[in-house]
Amino acid sequence: MQPLKRMLWPQLARGLFGKPVTDPAPLVPDGVVQALRDRLEESAQARLGRSLSIRQVDCGSCNGCELEINALQNVVYDLERFGLRFVASPRHADVLLVTGPLTRNMQEALLRTRDCTPEPCFIVAAGDCAVDGGVFRGSYAVLGGIGEAVPVDLVIPGCPPTPAQLLEGLLALLEAQVPAKPRQAGAG
Amino acid sequence: MSLPDLLRRGSPQDCRPVPRFLLTRPQWGALAEDLAREDSTDLLGLWADPGMVHAALWAEGAPHLVSCPAPDGRYPALSPARPGAVRLERMIHDLWGHVAEGAVDLRPWLDHGRWPSIAPLSTRPGPAPYPVPQPVFLAVEGEGVHQIPVGPVHAGIIEPGHFRFHVQGETVARLEERLGYLHKGHIGLMLGKPVRVAAKFGARLSGDSTVAHAWAFSMAVEQALEVQPSPRAAALRGVMAELERLHNHLNDWGFVCNDAAFAFPHARAGALREAVLRACAAAFGHRLMMDRVVPGGVTDDLTPAGAAAILAALEVVEAAIPALVSIYEGHASLQDRVVGTGIVAPALVARFAAGGHVGRASGRGFDARAAAPYAPYDTVPPVVPVLTQGDVDARVRIRIAELGEAIRLVRALLAALPEGELQRALPQRAGEGIGMVEGFRGDCLHWVALDDGGLVRAAFPRDPSWLQWPLLEAAIEGNIVADFPLCNKSFNCSYSGVDL
Ligand code: SF4
Repeated sequence: MQPLKRMLWPQLARGLFGKPVTDPAPLVPDGVVQALRDRLEESAQARLGRSLSIRQVDCGSCNGCELEINALQNVVYDLERFGLRFVASPRHADVLLVTGPLTRNMQEALLRTRDCTPEPCFIVAAGDCAVDGGVFRGSYAVLGGIGEAVPVDLVIPGCPPTPAQLLEGLLALLEAQVPAKPRQAGAG
Repeated sequence: MSLPDLLRRGSPQDCRPVPRFLLTRPQWGALAEDLAREDSTDLLGLWADPGMVHAALWAEGAPHLVSCPAPDGRYPALSPARPGAVRLERMIHDLWGHVAEGAVDLRPWLDHGRWPSIAPLSTRPGPAPYPVPQPVFLAVEGEGVHQIPVGPVHAGIIEPGHFRFHVQGETVARLEERLGYLHKGHIGLMLGKPVRVAAKFGARLSGDSTVAHAWAFSMAVEQALEVQPSPRAAALRGVMAELERLHNHLNDWGFVCNDAAFAFPHARAGALREAVLRACAAAFGHRLMMDRVVPGGVTDDLTPAGAAAILAALEVVEAAIPALVSIYEGHASLQDRVVGTGIVAPALVARFAAGGHVGRASGRGFDARAAAPYAPYDTVPPVVPVLTQGDVDARVRIRIAELGEAIRLVRALLAALPEGELQRALPQRAGEGIGMVEGFRGDCLHWVALDDGGLVRAAFPRDPSWLQWPLLEAAIEGNIVADFPLCNKSFNCSYSGVDL
C-alpha cells in the first residue's frame, strides 16, 4: 500500500485544488430535443426519467467511431455524470447506439439485438456510415445505413463524430425525457 | 532451388520498388515445396485478382513479389508450408473464387452466405447459397468439454467478431475465431476509382490506423507512378504516424490494466490519450488525422500553433509515464495477471511472420521503419525494442518502450521540419507498386495496380492483423477464460482491417 499512497496522494491533492479535468457540458439545440420529445410517448418519459442506458452496436464501422465513443467514457468527458452509461447487454439498454454502414454480415445480429432491447428503445445512428452508408454506400456488402433495417430516432453525423458531438446528441435524448414545459424567454 | 534462383526463372513484371515475378504453375508449386523445406522466407501477404494469385515474401532483407496464373480458378496452396496463408487462401476463395489446391482449410472465411452473390470480385460472380449455411467449427473431444460462444456483438465497445471457446473446466482447450462481420467490400469499392478517391478507403480500412494505412496506400501509388513526396510531406507523415502510435499504445496499455481491475492507470492513460488527440486536432484539423495523408503528399500543413500544441501534449505524456510504469510494475496483483499469461512462442511468431508488438514481444524484431526504411525514418531511425518472453507483459512493455520512442521521434521531426511543397502532382498513367508502413499494430502492406488512365485496376491492403489473429488462438490455449480479455487487449488486432 505504501508506494500507492505515495503516488496517489499528491495527485489527489493536486486534483482537489486544481481545475476540474472534465469539460463543461455542450449546449443542446432546442429543435432536436423537441423533435425527439415528439417521438416519445408520455408513459415512456415517466419510465425512463433522466437517465439512459446505452448499448453500442458496431455494424461495420472502421473502428474510428468506436474510438470516439470510447473516449466519452474517459475522465474528460465522463459520460456518467449526465446519467448516461454504457451497458453490456441490450436487455439493459434504453438506447442502441449503432455505427457502420450496416454490413450484410451484421444485419441479423443487429435485428436480434433490437429484439432483445426492451421498449421504449431509442436508436441512434452515429457516424456518416451509419447515417447513409457514407463512403461505403453502394457496395455489394453493405445495406447503406442503419435505417435500412431499423427505424432511426436520431442521427449524429461526422467521420467520426467527435466525442463532443456524440455527447450533444445523447444529451438531446436525455432532455427529451423531460416533459415539455413552458420555458421562460431566453432560457436554454 | 533457393528463392532468388526460383524467382529469376519467372518473367519480371513492371512493379516498384521490386519487380513482380510471374511464375508458371509448376514454378509456383516448386515455390510451395521450397517454402516447406526452409523457414528463412516470410510470407507477408497473399491475395488475388480475377486471373491471378499474388504473394508478397520477405527474404534476405528485401520484399519479393510473385504471381501464379489461375485461368481455371485453381492454384497450388501455400498453407501447408506457411500457416499464415490459411485465412488468406480462404479469403481469396470467398472474394475471387480461386481454389487453393492442397489447402489446409477450405471453409469459407469472409463469405457468411449473405452477399447477393458468391465470389463478388471474380469476372463471373455466382448465385448465393440458400438457405444461409451454418458455420462449422473445429471440434474438440474430451471429458467435460463444453463450448462458450461469444459475439459477434460483444459486451464492450469493440468491433464485432465471434469467438468459439472449447473449455474444459476453466481452461481453454481451443479458441476459434470467426470474423468477416465487418466486410464492407473495400477492394470492390476501390476498383476503377482515381487514386485520391481510393485513398479514402485506405484511410478507412481500420480507423485506429488511418494514418498508417493511408500512408502505405499512398506509398504504393507513389511507387507505381515514380513520384517522391517532398521532404516536408514525409516529415509531416512521420509526425502523424508517431502520434497515432502514441494514442493507440496509451489506449491499449490503459485497457490491459483495466482488465486486471486496475482502473487508475486506465483513467490516467485515457486522459493522456485525450490530450494527444486534441493536439492532433489542433495541429492537423482532425483528431484521428483521417484523410490527411494522400497520394503525392499531405493535404494540410501543420497549423501555426500546431507544433506547440503537440509538444505540450508530449510533455504531459512524458511526465506521466514514470508514475504509470511504477504502478504497473509495483503491484503484485497486476503483475500476477500479466506475467506468464498468454504466451506466444517465438518459433510460432516466426512461422506466421507476425509483426508489431506481437512479433517484437516474441523475439521477431521486424519493424518496417528499420527493415525497409522510408522517409523520414531514413534520417531519424527508430530504436526497435525486442523481448522474448512473449506474454501479455512483454507485449505491454514493448508498447511502453515505443511510447518513449514515438515521443522522441516526433520531437526530432518537428525540430528539423524541412521546407517544401505539401503535395506533388501525380501523372495519369499505368503503374504498379507496393508500400509498407509501420503502424502501431505492425507493418501495413499495400499493393496497387493502376490502368492507363491512372485508375485503380487492382489493389490489396494487408493489415498486420492477418498474421496476428491466429496467434491469439495460440496465446489463450491452456489459459483460463478470465484471462482472455487481457490477452485480447495486449494484441488488439483489427477486425475491420482483416474483414476488408
Ligand atoms: S463514419 Fe467514418 S469513422 Fe465512423 S465508421 Fe464510418 S468511416 Fe469510420
